[in-house]
Amino acid sequence: MGQVKLMKGNEAFAEAVIRAGADAYFGYPITPQSEVMEYLAAQEPHKRTGMVLLQAESEIAAINMVYGAAGTGKRALTSSSSPGISLKQEGISYLTGAELPCLILNVMRGGPGLGTIGPSQSDYFQATKGGGHGDYHVIVLAPSSVQEMADFAKLGFELAFKYRNPVMILSDGAIGQMMEKVELFEQQPRLTSFDQSWVTTGKTPDREKNVITSLDLDPSRMERHNQKLQAKFQKMRENEVRFEKIECDDAEYLLIAYGSCARICQKTVKLARQKGIKLGLLRPITLFPFPAEPIDKIADTIKGILTVELSAGQMVEDVRLAVNGKVKVAFHGRMGGITPSPDEVLAVLEKQFLNA
Amino acid sequence: METKSISTKDIIKEENLVYKKTSLLTDKALSYCPGCGHGVVHRLIAEVIDEMGIQADTIGIAPVGCSVLAYDFLNIDMQQAAHGRAPALATGIKRCWPDKFVFTYQGDGDLAAIGTAETIHTCNRGENITIIFINNGIYGMTGGQMAPTTLPGMRSSTTPYGRDVALMGNPLNITELVAMLPGTYFVARHSVHTPLNVRKAKKAMRMAFENQKLKKGVSFIEFVSNCNSGWKMTPNQANKWMEENMFPFYPLGDIKVNGELVKKNEETKP
Repeated sequence: MGQVKLMKGNEAFAEAVIRAGADAYFGYPITPQSEVMEYLAAQEPHKRTGMVLLQAESEIAAINMVYGAAGTGKRALTSSSSPGISLKQEGISYLTGAELPCLILNVMRGGPGLGTIGPSQSDYFQATKGGGHGDYHVIVLAPSSVQEMADFAKLGFELAFKYRNPVMILSDGAIGQMMEKVELFEQQPRLTSFDQSWVTTGKTPDREKNVITSLDLDPSRMERHNQKLQAKFQKMRENEVRFEKIECDDAEYLLIAYGSCARICQKTVKLARQKGIKLGLLRPITLFPFPAEPIDKIADTIKGILTVELSAGQMVEDVRLAVNGKVKVAFHGRMGGITPSPDEVLAVLEKQFLNA
Repeated sequence: METKSISTKDIIKEENLVYKKTSLLTDKALSYCPGCGHGVVHRLIAEVIDEMGIQADTIGIAPVGCSVLAYDFLNIDMQQAAHGRAPALATGIKRCWPDKFVFTYQGDGDLAAIGTAETIHTCNRGENITIIFINNGIYGMTGGQMAPTTLPGMRSSTTPYGRDVALMGNPLNITELVAMLPGTYFVARHSVHTPLNVRKAKKAMRMAFENQKLKKGVSFIEFVSNCNSGWKMTPNQANKWMEENMFPFYPLGDIKVNGELVKKNEETKP
């Protein structure tokens, strides 16, 4: 058993990236995720593992520092919150186009604009549908506990390098700020060798020069590059779907929620079962690739679905596409930093499906 | 009449060889307009890296602009940056690989407009990199629009009646600005439009790369260049116009050497 600690989600993530053997963190302060860089600074990761830590002049600079480091094969990451992630989108598009692995943490807050610092899930579209310009996806992992904030740091790097693609951890202000018990994995070694088939560490006589770029002015080559990226995204859909089912075996009704909302909905399931309502919860862990097939399958055996989000209704569009009209899909969302209570969710479920 | 084909061997004997293609330039035909300074600056970079024997430890950053394809012409590992972000990429690389040689190659729009924040902060942090800045006072790639360095009164496709500074603002002399920052170690301005200027520029280029071994901050060279296509002049006209108009505003020479600002105009004493 690894070391057990009581930590904030943001701190657990920061500790985990050091332990995951990250080479470099570049960031810019923004609430509610500033603890990530603060924790790292206090830990002096250059002394612990040799990891680079640098506070950049902007979120834009930070993501481009990540691009530079990632282009040399290093495990690089950045973290921010919604308005800052918007600024990083140009860089994320370039990283994906240039097929660079990296880790990006978004501790979501309410928007649009400067919005609020309270928790929100209103960046779902931005995270799962590309976010910047061009046809692309990043792998999106949605932690619903402090434990997963730590575990996904390691998993995120593994997936990023497996596909040479950015991975985003889509958290929210509640998961980032709350304290929970977390079991930390052992320190992993930092990378010592770099894949010379693509990294830019200096052209040696034994290989051709390597170029990191997202540009190709030849339309036929550029189309082939896009097709290659799309094939990669298809592989992610086939191999990387992750989700959790809670009390689903005999469920007649189903909640679908991720992140902090899934934690609230877990309580709703308990309350419902106390009242004799056979309610289950399906929690998507990967938002891209989205667990469309499992949702399609479970839709055959239930009477109705309630999707709960801290948004005006974003993931619910993917749920409806997956279900394709088989059963009614209702939605309940709160915005602006407000989270629903378990009772509130249950009341909506009863109103929508049980004529209560 | 019989014609005899001649090969290079017939006319170039080893003892007569005074000039040849640098090994670090690729065989790819340059995409630059005839008369443009980019090709010469590329060659200087290639020569210096070759002479220092640091190809295996050098990473370059190409910008957005005419030199976006610099990686096609230089036989070294390179990364292509988003517009203006080359110094951020260079920072990310150099922090992870402090003993490698890292340089950015940027135009005026890239370095002094959209990338101003990255330029200033990278220089101010004193990253141990080389920044090569090509200033031709215009956005060449996109068709000759006003750049941050476009001179007052100068015509461009977005200042067809000349740059009116009251409306469009003043040209930004970013090189003197970065020289003021504690993080720059070597700042100079050169041109490559005559053989003499090329020789001076080569020395500066060498110093700008050698300095990276000292780890004392940014080495920054501005090349005042023509853009005869964008300026709508012949190469010769463009060079003359550059001497008469660009050089008075962007004077050539060392601005900061070994971390010390170079004192100028001491001859004003009576």
